[in-house]
Amino acid sequence: MTDRFMLSRRDLLKTSAAGAALGLASAAFPIRGARAAATTVGFIYVGPKDDYGYNQAHAEGAATLKSIEGISIVEEENVPETVDVQKTMESMINLDGASLIFPTSFGYFDPHMLAMCAKFPDVQFRHCGGMWNKDKHPMNAGSYFGYIGMGQYLNGVVAGHATKSKKLGFVAAKPIPQVLLNINSFLLGARSVDPAITCQVIFTGEWSLAVKEAEATNALVDQGADVITCHVDSPKVVVETAAGRGAFVCGYHANQSPLAPEKYLTGAEWNWAKVYKMFVDDLVAGKPLPNFTRGGLADGFVKMSPLGPAVGEAARKQFDGTLAEMMKGGFSVIKGPLKSNKGAVVATAGQAFAETAIELESMDYLVEGVVGSTA
Amino acid sequence: METTDIGLWGVPLAMLGGAIRVSTPFIFVSLGEAITERSGRINLGLEGTLVFGAMSAYAVAVMTGSPWLGLAAAGVAGLCFGLFHGWICKFPKVNDIAIGIALMLFGTGLAFFFGKPFIQPSAPDLPAIPFGTWSDIPQVQAALNVNVLFLIGAALAVFLWWAFRNTRIGLIVRVVGDSADAARAMGLNPNTVRLLATGVGGALAGIGGAYLSLYYPGSWTERISSGQGLMAVALVIFARWNPLGCFAAALLFGGAGALGPALQSVGVTQGYYLFYAAPYILTLIIMIATSSPSRALAGAPGELSITR
Repeated sequence: MTDRFMLSRRDLLKTSAAGAALGLASAAFPIRGARAAATTVGFIYVGPKDDYGYNQAHAEGAATLKSIEGISIVEEENVPETVDVQKTMESMINLDGASLIFPTSFGYFDPHMLAMCAKFPDVQFRHCGGMWNKDKHPMNAGSYFGYIGMGQYLNGVVAGHATKSKKLGFVAAKPIPQVLLNINSFLLGARSVDPAITCQVIFTGEWSLAVKEAEATNALVDQGADVITCHVDSPKVVVETAAGRGAFVCGYHANQSPLAPEKYLTGAEWNWAKVYKMFVDDLVAGKPLPNFTRGGLADGFVKMSPLGPAVGEAARKQFDGTLAEMMKGGFSVIKGPLKSNKGAVVATAGQAFAETAIELESMDYLVEGVVGSTA
Repeated sequence: METTDIGLWGVPLAMLGGAIRVSTPFIFVSLGEAITERSGRINLGLEGTLVFGAMSAYAVAVMTGSPWLGLAAAGVAGLCFGLFHGWICKFPKVNDIAIGIALMLFGTGLAFFFGKPFIQPSAPDLPAIPFGTWSDIPQVQAALNVNVLFLIGAALAVFLWWAFRNTRIGLIVRVVGDSADAARAMGLNPNTVRLLATGVGGALAGIGGAYLSLYYPGSWTERISSGQGLMAVALVIFARWNPLGCFAAALLFGGAGALGPALQSVGVTQGYYLFYAAPYILTLIIMIATSSPSRALAGAPGELSITR
């Protein structure tokens, strides 16, 4: 009686033989999706595409492509940075006929995207994060990224005006160069208002840990920080917790003002719509796609959330002034004389690193005034 | 916003506040699992139940505007998951651990599927009771904002501890868990008892999930649980199947989880990965110190598949 659900060994062999035959057949005659005139573009996200954060910023950019004639997009979310992403890319290429793929998460690049580049030389791959190197990587790969540190500098300017305790708080995921640049920019923006301001940073150790992010925000507010910002995948928890404790917040990745309309000052947002449209226009026109794409506020890769109701006149004025300065190009956040919070000189007097400076991409220090440690 | 400089006092205060804020899901899931395991079954699927509970609570709270209805929905959803586990496991030769893992994946997947439209909207929160009004320090007031579910969880732990010893139902659960043969000789049907025990355990885990989405951190996302459901199952063994022990262990894990951020906030910034690992290191030490190769774990139900 217990054998009712058991498969006999013979049945099992038969079934698996049939399955194997099917697999062989499809390998011999690859099933190509009906490739109409439409060009298909694939997007892969590491988390949910409505996370009020990193993935939402990409998904919003992808959504704007839908209005372009002859372009259809395929998306997959919650794809881990493992061999899973290779399977996703393969299915987007083989089943959906994608000819351009954007794997948007940092860890997709090596080895997953590179393996697919070798396997499908006719398909173009562009990775968000900026690791493509002409000497090491194939030409159908490439990378794009934006100088969002400038946005965090502007966040800092507004935060510097809003803080009463002269203490800011930063909830950060991991001490990698991009995150460190954001922390430093945030503090330096605030110090352009008042050089006595300090910024306390708490690293949670992971890109997405809701409870730990909430704990970190509470700990920062407990220690007197009254403006909080963050660099985690989804700032939703940080924004809601900070506003719930009565602190002001500056956003990141996407616009979080609906979560805390009164307490939201401004935010540094990605503007991927512009970048994706650029790539797709080139693709439609039959031009080769650029392999290495960077841009900041002036190029429209990054934008700021509209200033919130709590932003005062003086802050608004300095914000507009600094933004205008940045739009001219060549604005340097990291400029000498500047020391790290361990006392080492990171920029001598007269030395300045503009947003395009390659040195910034290997940043391993926190500047003086940031309370925190990179390890 | 008024702030007071509390300096190093922030660390013990954060641990106290953290213990109260973070521990509640651990309390509910581990109490639920304690009931299930005392009846002789292991339900590893509680992580899935927790996530599904979080989703259903949030969804119902968004749609009805009432967090209490959301809480009820989470309890009912958890009950269904628990009963499902209990029902499958009554068939002969079914491994309860394997079914648990399957249900864990099923629960999270189903929660992601139905939860998609509810990531963006805001739901009303469960109320908290301010116990800190005696203090003028805002940090103390914030730390002592205690959610009603925490109080219910604490009361439930004491009640279960008493009920396992002193009530007929408690005795029935224990005898089924210790020896199915003895239970049959007494005229009890072990499968029915285990079905109900797993159902109740699932309901409690669902309520634990509701706390995550409706109070702290207080929003529904697909990353809401960082393995709390799985850790709570381990806490039961750590607590030696004693409800009071579950409560204490949950508090310990909650407080230890707050240690890392709190130390960084007062300027102890070196080696935070080590502080984050503190609760797990502590668990390992206690488990090693109290284990013995020559006997089963003290307090372990005799029918559990891992101790049999």
